[in-house]
Amino acid sequence: MVWTLAKKTAFYALVAFIVVVAVFPFYYAILTSFKSGTSLFRVEYWPQSFSLDNYVSVLSQGSFIRNLANSILVATTVVVLALTMAVTAAYALSRVRFRGRSLLLLTILSVSMFPQIAVLAGLFEVVRFFGLFNTMWALIFSYTIFTLPFTVWVLTTFMRDLPIEIEEAAIVDGATPWVIITRVFMPLMWPALVTTGLLAFIAAWNEFLFALTFTSSNMTRTVPVAIALLSGGSQYEIPWGNIMAASVIVTVPLVVLVLIFQRKIISGLTAGGVKG
Amino acid sequence: MAQLELKNIHKSFGLIDVIKGVSLEVRSGEFMVFVGPSGCGKSTLLRLIAGLEDITSGTLSFDGQVVNALAPSKRGIAMVFQSYALYPHMTVFENMAFGMQLAKGSKEQIKHRVEQAAELLQITPYLRRLPKQLSGGQRQRVAIGRAIVRDPKVFLFDEPLSNLDAALRVATRLEIAKLHHSMNNVTMVYVTHDQVEAMTLADRICVLRDGLVEQVGTPLELYERPDSMFVAGFIGSPKMNFLNGARAGAFQADTIGIRAEHLEIGNRDGAWQGKVIHSENLGSDSYVYVDIGAAEPLIVREDGTSIHNPDDVISVAPMAGKVHRFDRAGKPMRN
Amino acid sequence: MTVENTAPPAPSMPSPVEIAASAGRIKSELLAQRVRAAMIFLIPMIVALIVVAGWPLFRTIYFSFTDASLTDLYGAEWVGFKNYLTWTTLKSGRVVFSGVLADAGWWNAVWNTVRFAAVSVVLETILGMIVALVLNANFAGRGIVRAAILIPWAIPTIVSAKMWSWMLNDQFGILNDLFLRLGLISEKIAWTASAGTAMTAVLIVDVWKTTPFMALLILAGLQMIPKDIYEAADIDGVHPIKQFFRITLPLVRPAIMVAVIFRLLDAMRIFDLIYVLTPNSSQTKTMSVIARENLIDFDKFAYGSTMSTLLFVLIAAMTILYIWLGRVQLDGGDR
Repeated sequence: MVWTLAKKTAFYALVAFIVVVAVFPFYYAILTSFKSGTSLFRVEYWPQSFSLDNYVSVLSQGSFIRNLANSILVATTVVVLALTMAVTAAYALSRVRFRGRSLLLLTILSVSMFPQIAVLAGLFEVVRFFGLFNTMWALIFSYTIFTLPFTVWVLTTFMRDLPIEIEEAAIVDGATPWVIITRVFMPLMWPALVTTGLLAFIAAWNEFLFALTFTSSNMTRTVPVAIALLSGGSQYEIPWGNIMAASVIVTVPLVVLVLIFQRKIISGLTAGGVKG
Repeated sequence: MAQLELKNIHKSFGLIDVIKGVSLEVRSGEFMVFVGPSGCGKSTLLRLIAGLEDITSGTLSFDGQVVNALAPSKRGIAMVFQSYALYPHMTVFENMAFGMQLAKGSKEQIKHRVEQAAELLQITPYLRRLPKQLSGGQRQRVAIGRAIVRDPKVFLFDEPLSNLDAALRVATRLEIAKLHHSMNNVTMVYVTHDQVEAMTLADRICVLRDGLVEQVGTPLELYERPDSMFVAGFIGSPKMNFLNGARAGAFQADTIGIRAEHLEIGNRDGAWQGKVIHSENLGSDSYVYVDIGAAEPLIVREDGTSIHNPDDVISVAPMAGKVHRFDRAGKPMRN
Repeated sequence: MTVENTAPPAPSMPSPVEIAASAGRIKSELLAQRVRAAMIFLIPMIVALIVVAGWPLFRTIYFSFTDASLTDLYGAEWVGFKNYLTWTTLKSGRVVFSGVLADAGWWNAVWNTVRFAAVSVVLETILGMIVALVLNANFAGRGIVRAAILIPWAIPTIVSAKMWSWMLNDQFGILNDLFLRLGLISEKIAWTASAGTAMTAVLIVDVWKTTPFMALLILAGLQMIPKDIYEAADIDGVHPIKQFFRITLPLVRPAIMVAVIFRLLDAMRIFDLIYVLTPNSSQTKTMSVIARENLIDFDKFAYGSTMSTLLFVLIAAMTILYIWLGRVQLDGGDR
C-alpha cells in the first residue's frame, strides 16, 4: 500500500515536473512582458506588477504591426498555393497507377530533406533574377520548397486511405478525375486539409533563414526576423520588455490555434511520421 | 436490356493470369449468377464487364457491339457494390441523382427518376437522410436505387448480400428477385460465393474455378447433371458425399457421388453399414453423420427429427438412379 | 435437356474491331483518361519543385565550382575544385593547403554540428520516451499534460530563442537566480556568451523545444501496441521494468527509428536557434551558420556555396545510408 502510494506520488511529481518545464518559459515571457522600467531587472517568479508599457511600445514604434501583416499574408498565400497543387498531385500519386510513381514519391520526400542552406545560393540568384528581392513574393516563392513536399506527402497518405469502391461508384456514374477530386474526395477530406494547412501555416510562419536573407527593410520583414532584430535605443541596451511583449503577441494566437486543433495536429504529425 | 457476349476473355495483372480464357453468353433479360470459390476470378470478370478493369485480350460485346474500349459510364451498366459505396457526404436523393447530374440531365427528369426508383424500393421516406443515418439493409436498397436511376441495359451485382446478417440476407434476396421481374426482366449479372443465393436467384449459373468456366446451366441442370466432380461438390448443401475404392467399383466407376437427400437409412441389398457419429437436428430436417469406414463420414438427410443416436449401428443405401459416377479424371460417366 | 454449349456459334467474318480486341490491342479509354489526368495534375507540382528546389540546388553546386561573388553573380568563372581543396608549394618548399576542406573553421563547424546532432537526438529520444510513457498511461489530467507539451513545439524557434536568452541572461536571468538559490552554482554563469556553456545553452533550448515532437511520434508508436499483451504479461507475473525492455521497446522500435532519423537530419541542418541564441560563438557555429556567414556576410559567395554543397552531400549520404540499411534489414531478416 505504501509502495503504491509512493509510486503514485512519484508519478504525479513527474507529471507536474513535465508540465512546469514545458509551460514555465512561456509563462515567464508573459510575466516579463507586463513588467516595466526597473522591475524588469529584478528576478520575480510571480506577477508583482502589471503594466502595458511594453506592448504599447512594441505596437507603436517601428513596423511590428506591418511585420505581423506580412507574416500573415505570406503564410496564408503559401498555404493556399501549396494545398491547391498538393490536392491534385495527391490524387495522381495515390489513386492512379503509372510508371515511375514510387520514384516520384521518393523524390518528393527527398526534397523535404534538403538543407535550406543548400538552395540558398541558388534561390538568391533566382530571386534577384525575377526582381523579387525584398518583396513578399520572394518568401512566398521560396517557402514552397518545404510546404509543397510536406502537403503532398500528407495528403497522399490520407487519400490512399479513402475507400476505393466510392471512387469506382463515381466512375460508373460517369465522373472524371476532376469531378472525383472536387465533388467526392474533397468533402471527405476537409479535416485532413485543415490539419495539413495548419501545420504548413505554422512552418511558414516560423521560417527564419529565407526571411532573413531575402528581405532587407523593416517594411517587408516578417515577424521572426523582426523579433530577432529588435533593438533598443543604444547599441548596448537590449529591450527585453519589448522583445517579450512582441513574443507574446506572436505566440498567443499560435498557442490558441494549436490547442484548439490539438487532436488533428497530433494525428497529422504522426500520419506523416508513422505511416511514411 | 442487353445481351452480353464474352469471347475468349483473358485478364492478367502483371505476370499473374487471373482470367484464363472465358467464353460465355448472357442472354438478354436473364439473371446470370457467377459463382465459385475465393480467387476463382468471378469478381474480376464482373469488373471487366463493368469496365473498371482493362481486358487483356478477348472481346466483350453488348448486343453485338464490341465495348472493350468504352468507359464504364458509356456502356449502359450500373453496379451495386458489396459495401454499397454510397457517397457519405450526400443525402440519399443526391446519391441517386449524382450520375444523372453529371450527364447534365434536367432537374425535373432527375427528380422524376429518383422518386420513381425510391418508390419501387420503398425508400421514399429516407430521401433527405445521410447514409450514416440508415441501417445496412436500407443502405443496400439505396445502392440498388442508385443503379436503377441509371436505367441501365445491364445490372451488375458484386456480392451485395455479404455484409448483411442472415435474416436480412433472405429478405433482400427476395427483393432482388422481385426487382428482376418488375423491371421487365432487365439483364442482371450477379456475383456470389454462396451457392444458395446462386440456386435461388439465377436463371442460369456460371460456375468458375481458377479463372476458367467449369459449367454453365440452369440451377436444376447443375444440380442433376454436374459436368465435373468440382461442380457436383460445389452445388448443393450439404456437400455431396464422395466415395471411391470398392464402393465405387461396385458401380463401375472410379468415384461415386451421392447427395445427402438421396440416401436412405434402412437395410437393403448393397447397403453400407456404419456407426452414427453425430446428428444435427434442425427441426424440419436432420443430418446424420455416419462413419462407414470411408475417408470422410457420410452425411444422410432425414425428415423431421432423427431417431438415431451416436454409436447406433445403421445401414445406409443410395436411392436408385441418383448415384453420380465419375471416372479417374473427375468427369461424369453417363450411360 | 441438353447441357449448355458454352462455345460461341461459328462467327461470320470477324470485324476489324473484334480482331483487334481478341489480340489484346484495345485498351479501355478509362485508363488512358485517368493517366492523362494524373499527368496534368502532377505537372504544376513538378514544375514548382524544379524551379524552387531542383534548379537552385544545381546552381548552388555550380557556384561552388566558380569564383562567383554576390556583386558579380554572372561574371563567375569556372575554377574547378579550387574552393574545395587546393595546394600551392611555396618557394621554401612548404606546401600550403587552402579551400573549404582545409579550413579549420569549417571542420570546427562540422564537429559542432555532429556534436550537437548526436547529443540532442539522444537526449530528445530518451526524454521523449519518458514523456510518451507518461502520456500513454491513463490518469486524470492527461489532456492537460498533452496540451502543455504542445506549447514548446508551437512557439516559433526565434521566439523560443529570445525567451530562453532572457532566462539564461547572466545578470538578470531567472535560471542563474534559481540555481544560485538552490546552491547548484556559486556564481552567475554567462550561458550563451561563454565558450564552455554556449553549446549547453543551445542544447537546453533545443531539447525543450523538440522533445514534445519526439514524444508525440513515440506515443503514436506506443498506442499501436495492443493492451492485451501487457495484460498477459501481468498475469504471467512479469515485472514492469522487464515488460518495458522486452515488450515495449522492441515493439515501438520502428516508430523510434523513424522519429530518430527525422530528428537527426533536422539537427544536422540547424540554423535558426544558433544564429539567434549564440551568434558569433565558435563553439556552436554549425555548418549552416558558417555557410551563410560566408555566402552573405563575408561575400565569399563561391566559398559559401561550397560549404552548402558539402552539407547537402553529407545529408544525402546519410539519407541513402538509412534507406539502404532499412531495406537490407527488411529483406534480411527479422520480419
